[in-house]
Amino acid sequence: MVDKVFEAGVVAGRLAPEAYAELFSDLHPPLGAHEALVAADRCYFCHDAPCITACPTDIDIPLFIRQIATGTPDAAAKTILSQNIMGGMCARVCPTEQLCEQACVREEAEGKPVLIGQLQRYATDHLQEQGVHPFVRAEPTGKRVAVVGAGPAGLSAAHRLAMLGHDVKVYDAQPKAGGLNEYGIAAYKTPDGFAQGEVDWLLKIGGITVETGRALGPDLSLEGLRAEFDAVFLGMGLGGVNDLGVEGADKDGVLDAVDFIADLRQAGDMGSVPVGRDVVVIGGGMTAVDAAVQSKLLGALNVTLVYRRGRERMNASVFEQDLAASKGVRIVTHAVPKAVIGNGAVREIEFEYVGDDMAPTGQTLRLTADQVFRAIGQTLEGEGLPDLAGGRIAVDAQGRTSLDRVWAGGDCATGGDDLTVTAVAEGRDAAMHIHAALSANA
Amino acid sequence: MADLTTDFLGIKSPNPFWLASAPPTDKEYNVRRAFEAGWGGVVWKTLGSEGPPVVNVNGPRYGVVHGADRRVLGLNNIELITDRDLQTNLDEITRVKADYPDRAMIVSIMVPCEEQAWKDILPKVEATGADGIELNFGCPHGMSERGMGAAVGQVPEYIEMVTRWCKQYYSKPVIVKLTPNITDIRIPAEAARRGGADAVSLINTINSIVSVNLDTMSPEPSIDGKGSHGGYCGPAVKPIALSMVSEIARAPATAGMPISGIGGVTTWRDAAEYITMGCGNVQVCTAAMTYGFKIVQEMISGLSEWMDEKGHTSIKDFMGAAVPNTTDWQYLNLNYVAKASINQDDCISCGRCFAACEDTSHQAIAMSPERVFSVIDAECVACNLCVEVCPVEDCITMVPMAAGSTDPRTGKIVQDGYANWTTHPNNPAATAAE
Ligand SMILES: Cc1cc2nc3c(=O)[nH]c(=O)nc-3n(C[C@H](O)[C@H](O)[C@H](O)COP(=O)(O)OP(=O)(O)OC[C@H]3O[C@@H](n4cnc5c(N)ncnc54)[C@H](O)[C@@H]3O)c2cc1C
Ligand SMILES: Cc1cc2nc3c(=O)[nH]c(=O)nc-3n(C[C@H](O)[C@H](O)[C@H](O)COP(=O)(O)O)c2cc1C
Ligand code: SF4
Ligand code: SF4
Ligand code: SF4
Repeated sequence: MVDKVFEAGVVAGRLAPEAYAELFSDLHPPLGAHEALVAADRCYFCHDAPCITACPTDIDIPLFIRQIATGTPDAAAKTILSQNIMGGMCARVCPTEQLCEQACVREEAEGKPVLIGQLQRYATDHLQEQGVHPFVRAEPTGKRVAVVGAGPAGLSAAHRLAMLGHDVKVYDAQPKAGGLNEYGIAAYKTPDGFAQGEVDWLLKIGGITVETGRALGPDLSLEGLRAEFDAVFLGMGLGGVNDLGVEGADKDGVLDAVDFIADLRQAGDMGSVPVGRDVVVIGGGMTAVDAAVQSKLLGALNVTLVYRRGRERMNASVFEQDLAASKGVRIVTHAVPKAVIGNGAVREIEFEYVGDDMAPTGQTLRLTADQVFRAIGQTLEGEGLPDLAGGRIAVDAQGRTSLDRVWAGGDCATGGDDLTVTAVAEGRDAAMHIHAALSANA
Repeated sequence: MADLTTDFLGIKSPNPFWLASAPPTDKEYNVRRAFEAGWGGVVWKTLGSEGPPVVNVNGPRYGVVHGADRRVLGLNNIELITDRDLQTNLDEITRVKADYPDRAMIVSIMVPCEEQAWKDILPKVEATGADGIELNFGCPHGMSERGMGAAVGQVPEYIEMVTRWCKQYYSKPVIVKLTPNITDIRIPAEAARRGGADAVSLINTINSIVSVNLDTMSPEPSIDGKGSHGGYCGPAVKPIALSMVSEIARAPATAGMPISGIGGVTTWRDAAEYITMGCGNVQVCTAAMTYGFKIVQEMISGLSEWMDEKGHTSIKDFMGAAVPNTTDWQYLNLNYVAKASINQDDCISCGRCFAACEDTSHQAIAMSPERVFSVIDAECVACNLCVEVCPVEDCITMVPMAAGSTDPRTGKIVQDGYANWTTHPNNPAATAAE
C-alpha cells in the first residue's frame, strides 16, 4: 500500500501509478462476438416493443438486435444511428435500468432484461471502429443554421441539419467539442478518448463547422446570430452550479463536483488529480454519484455521499447507488448541510438530519472532510436569452423558443430528463422542425 | 447500395421477399399491411372453386417443435385453402393490386382436376389484374383426400395436364407449386415444364405429426381427442427444401427453369442461400407467422448489407452461384484432407466435443486432467461433428492439410490435385485414371 493513502489533505497520486488504469477502465467491458450472439438470441422481437417506447430516441431495438443475431452488426448500427447519432455514447451512459431495459419483457419474465445497452455498443463500435460514416448529405439547401453548444443536443441537431442539406456552424465556449460527454460523464463510462472519437466520426457527415472557444455573450450575441443565420438552435446545457447557501461554503476545499469531474476527465494521468483523504459529496444525482465514485477510485480513503431526502428520491438510479456502494462510498440520507468548519480550508462539515418532509430534527452529524463537492444541481447561465420557465429556456413541443427562428433543446431547455439520450432526441427533433420551417419558406 | 429489385418471369418486385400462400396472405387487411411493412410480393391464400367455401376445423390447427427458449423451429398445420367466398377474394385482390402496382401479386389456385373447373376460374382471376398464378399441387392434408393439392402433385401426368390447361386459359405467368411428399422432386418439376409452366415454386409442407399427447393418446393438434397428420414448415424444413431446389437447378431436364424458393426462410441469409441455389426469389410463411410482417426489414437490410460487402449490385449477380458447386458424392475430392483444430482461447472446456468424438466417432479428442481438450491428428477423420456440437462459434475449425505433408492418421502424403471415387483404387467400378 502506498503511504499517501492515509495522508490528510488534498493530494495527488494516492495510489501506485499502475493502479489507475485498471480502476478507471470500462465499467462494462465490451461484449465479444460470441457474447453478443448469445445476448441477441434472447430478444423476442416483440411487437410494438415496449423497449422502443422506453428509449427517448425511439431506436428500433428488436430490429437492431435481430440484425446482430443474423450476423449484420453494421446494419444494426445503421438502425441505431439513424435514430440516435450518439448511439455509441448512449450505449455507454444511458441509465438503461430506468429506460429500455426496465421496459424489456424479459425483465418482467425473468428479472433479466436483454442487454440492450451493451448490444447497442457492440453494433455501433463495430461500425465506428471501421471509420465508416453511413449517412450522406441531401442536396444543399443554401440555408445556414447556427448551433450554440457542442454537447449532445447541439451535435445531434447539427448532424441532422447537415444531413438534410443545410450548412451548420456550431459555437462552443469550451476548447473541445462534446459538452458533458467530454467534460462530465464518468471516466469509466467513456474511456480511451471515446467522446472525441465520436465527435470526429459524427462530423464526417460534412457541412458542419465547429468553432470552439466561442461563447454566446458580448462578442457573440444571439441577436447577431439571428441576423446572420436562417435559424438558431440553443443547446448550451447548464453552465452554472447551485450554491450550498451555508456558512463557510467559501472555504478552500469546497468545490463544484462538475469542475472536479471536468478536471479529472481532462487529466492525461489520473495520478495527477488531487483528491482528499476524507471526501464529502452533497447531492443525490448522477453528478454526486460520479464525483463520489471517482474520488474513491482516485484513492480517497473515506467518501460519504450526503443527500437531503430518502434513497428512493435520489435521481441517481438504483444501479448507480449500488455502484457507489460497491466501490465503498457511504451513502447518508435525510441530512442537510449546516456549516462548513475549518480554518481557511475545510476540516469538517456539519449536517442536520431532517424528516421525509424536510422538517429539521435538531439532530446533527459532523463529518471530517478535507474536500467537499457540491452536486446539488446546475443552472442556466446567460443573458439576452429567450423567455425562461423554471430556470430553463421555455420551449414548445417543437422546441421553439419565445424568439422567432430560435429553437432550443437539451439540458438548457424545459422538458425531458437531464440525460444524454434526451438531449440527443431533443436536438434531432428540433432539427426536423427547423428543417420543416426552413423548407416552408424556401 | 445494392439493388434488390427482382424480375421473376417479367413480374417486378422491389425485393425478392414474397409472402407464401398461407394465412399471412389470406385477406386484404393482411396483404395491405404486409405491403406497408415492405414485402415485395404475395401469393394470395389458395382460392377454390365458386360455391360454398371449404370449412376449417374449429379447434387447434397448429403444432410446433420448439427449440431452446421456445423458439419455433418447426410448424405443423392442418388448415385448408381459403374458407372465404371466391368473389370476396377476387374483389380484394383487384383492389389491392390496383393500389400497389409495384408489388407482385400472385393468385394461388386449387380446383378439381377437371378442365371445366379451371376454365371457370381462370378468367375471373385474370380479371383481377394480378401478375400471375400459382397452382397449389402441394397441400398434403384435407384437400389431398379430395383429390386435390398433393394428390395432384404426386401424379406427374396430372401436373402436366392441369398446367397445360392453365397456359391455355390464362395469359400471364403460371407457377407450379410442388409438394415435397414424393421420392424424386425432379419428376414433378419436369412434368410442370412439359405442361408449359413458367416456373416452379417449392416446397409446400411436409407430412407431419409433431407430437402425441401422452395423457389423451391423441396426436397434436388434437381435435376432440383425434389428430390428423398436417403439413410441416418453418426453419426445420429448409435443408429439405434447399436440397430439392438444388436437384431441380442441376438436372439437365429442368436446369434454367425459374424457381421460387420456399421453406424455412427466416433470415436474409436463408434467402441468399436459396438464390445462390438458383432461385429467382423466395417465399416466406412461418417466419412471418412467428415474428410478424416487420421481419422483412431485417431480410432487406441484411441482404443488401451482404451484397454490398461482396460487391454484388443486383440479385442476378449471385443467382445460381452455388449450383455448379453442388455435385454428387462421387465427385467430391478425396485428396482433400483436413483436421479439426481447437482454439484454446475460445474453448470453455465444456467437453461436448470430447463426448461426441469419444463415444460416437473416432476417439480423436484428448482430454487432460485440467480439462484441456485437444485434437489427436492421428485419429481425426475431419468429420466435423465436434465443430457442430461445440457451443462456441468458430472455436473448432477445420484446417486443410497442405499438399506434400503427411497425414498422421493414414501415414500417406497429402496429394495435390483432384481425385474422386470414380477413379479410386478401392472402387470396384473405377475407371482407370489416365
Ligand atoms: C457529472 C455528470 C454525469 C452525468 N452522467 C450521465 C450519465 O451517465 N448518463 C446520462 O444519460 N446523462 C448523464 N449526465 C447528463 C448529461 O451529461 C446531460 O444531460 C447532457 O450532456 C446534456 O446535453 P446538452 O447538449 O444539453 O448539454 P451539455 O452536454 O452540457 O453541452 C452544452 C455545451 O454548450 C456549451 N456552452 C455552454 N454555454 C455556452 C455559451 N454561452 N456559448 C457557447 N457554448 C456554450 C458547453 O461548453 C457545452 O459544450 C451527466 C451529467 C453530469 C454533469
Ligand atoms: C397455416 C398454413 C397454411 C397454408 N396454406 C397454404 C395454402 O393455402 N396454399 C399453399 O400453396 N400453401 C399453403 N401453406 C404452405 C406455405 O405456403 C409454405 O409453402 C410452407 O409453409 C413452407 O414455407 P415456410 O417454411 O416459410 O413456412 C400453408 C402453410 C401454413 C403454415
Ligand atoms: S439510446 Fe439508451 S435508452 Fe435508447 S435503446 Fe440505447 S441504451 Fe436504451
Ligand atoms: S422488450 Fe426485450 S425481448 Fe422484447 S423486443 Fe425489446 S429487447 Fe427484445
Ligand atoms: S465443445 Fe468446444 S468449448 Fe466445449 S470443450 Fe470442445 S472445443 Fe471446448
